[in-house]
Amino acid sequence: MRPRIPISTGSSRPVSSSAPVDGTRGARAHGGAEADATRPAAAPRVPGLLATALIIARKDLAIEFRTRTAFFSALVFALLGIVVFYFAWDPTSVAAFELAPGVLWVIFTFSGLLALQRSFSLELMDRAIDGVLSSPAPREAVYLGKVIANLVFVGAVQVVAIPAVGLFYNVPLAPVAGGLALVAALAAVGLVAVGTLFSAITVNTRLSELLLPVLSLPFFVPIVVPAAQSTARMLAGRPVAESLPWLKLLIAFDIVFLISCALAFPYTLEE
Amino acid sequence: MVRHDPAARQVSATVPVRSAAEPLVEARALRRSFAGRRAVNDVSLMLHGGECLALFGPNGAGKTTLLRLLAGLLKPSAGSARVAGVSLPGGAAARAVVGLISHQTMLYGALTAAENVELAAQLHGMANARDAAVAALERMRIAHRAQSPVRFLSRGMQQRVSIARAMVHAPRVVLLDEPYTGLDAGGAAALTELLQQLRSSGAALVLVTHALAEGLALATHAGIMHGGRLVRTEPREAIDASAYPDLYRELTAGEQ
Repeated sequence: MRPRIPISTGSSRPVSSSAPVDGTRGARAHGGAEADATRPAAAPRVPGLLATALIIARKDLAIEFRTRTAFFSALVFALLGIVVFYFAWDPTSVAAFELAPGVLWVIFTFSGLLALQRSFSLELMDRAIDGVLSSPAPREAVYLGKVIANLVFVGAVQVVAIPAVGLFYNVPLAPVAGGLALVAALAAVGLVAVGTLFSAITVNTRLSELLLPVLSLPFFVPIVVPAAQSTARMLAGRPVAESLPWLKLLIAFDIVFLISCALAFPYTLEE
Repeated sequence: MVRHDPAARQVSATVPVRSAAEPLVEARALRRSFAGRRAVNDVSLMLHGGECLALFGPNGAGKTTLLRLLAGLLKPSAGSARVAGVSLPGGAAARAVVGLISHQTMLYGALTAAENVELAAQLHGMANARDAAVAALERMRIAHRAQSPVRFLSRGMQQRVSIARAMVHAPRVVLLDEPYTGLDAGGAAALTELLQQLRSSGAALVLVTHALAEGLALATHAGIMHGGRLVRTEPREAIDASAYPDLYRELTAGEQ
């Protein structure tokens, strides 16, 4: 006959004789061989928002530097796009400086999406994201870290792709290099801010490759339109003052997207 | 004291009293549903420093979900949970004292073992993150592979690194989901030694496992989950280890 063990009721016997009373504090206060073996000497200070964001960004960049997946796929896509547009272009009907801004921003938008796609997919392998989320790191810092890393990827693609556009379309970039770099940087902030949020939202879905562009592209419009307009004016040799309203609009959308996406991000992580 | 307390739901939430008897882990009528199905159903428990609760149960019993709730990775559908006096989810102060070992390694394959553990140490704000990472890897007897990218390590080695990652900040609450998975005898011995040290130094442990003997060897209390409910908890000394498998089968309707 099977020995019966009493089924515990709501008030199972409170036994904790083996446990030291408030052992944690005792171990911390007095040290001891066992406590020393497993516990740090001093209570750690949880890093702040920016410090944590930089830790996350460094980690993402280190992974990308070793795998080079996001950067090379985005770069190859950008260069192929430029070549395809070049052969589809009829130079007798459209002037180069009119076509180049459109090509540039179409290429940036889609190559950026490729880089952003990977941003959170690498976190899902072996659920590495759980290690980050179970740490005291603020959720907003995780987002900002991802944004910083993605900005570096997108910026690196731009550094190669912008001269490539200038080369293929015979557009003199040197006179407008400063202004163009400013527009590219501002647009990258907006694209990455939105794209990083949607990358987090879509990564758990089965159709993430499709959903990311479908969800992101409408939000890219307020970024791409002022970027393309100001680029067109710069390449056409128009005065900087003409581009200023578009640049202001770009900055405004950058601020709105960065803040709203950082605030919305923690909710994308809730299961 | 581990308390499976159905009456706990009637107790109103109060400001944590910082007394010696304050529990490190506390759950009151904790519930979590997925698509209408209750994965964790009215679980109440209390765990003090130096205690280890071994949780047994068949697949789908809700053990992993309960751990993820206690780690602050999931939001409860109802009820409440507190770690070190801080309500979950949320609260960096609570997450700072938790160490989580999961089914998955939670490691980045492209980073080395040392970098993975160092990342965890940095996120916990440890001053000498690199030294702490090396020390944690040494404790799990994997320091000789510290510079190897994790993707080149075997599953057992990855598990050792994962444990080092979870323990690097010397957590006061350790949540372990099948931590012995993939470990060889040396790795298992290193983990058992580490867990015993943590317990002795006042940490509270929740150990989810299918291996009854393994769990009972380390536990001060044992519990059985079935259908999302904690159907039984009792202190280790009240358990007849030889009869426990029969009891387990009886309570889980023969499920393994």
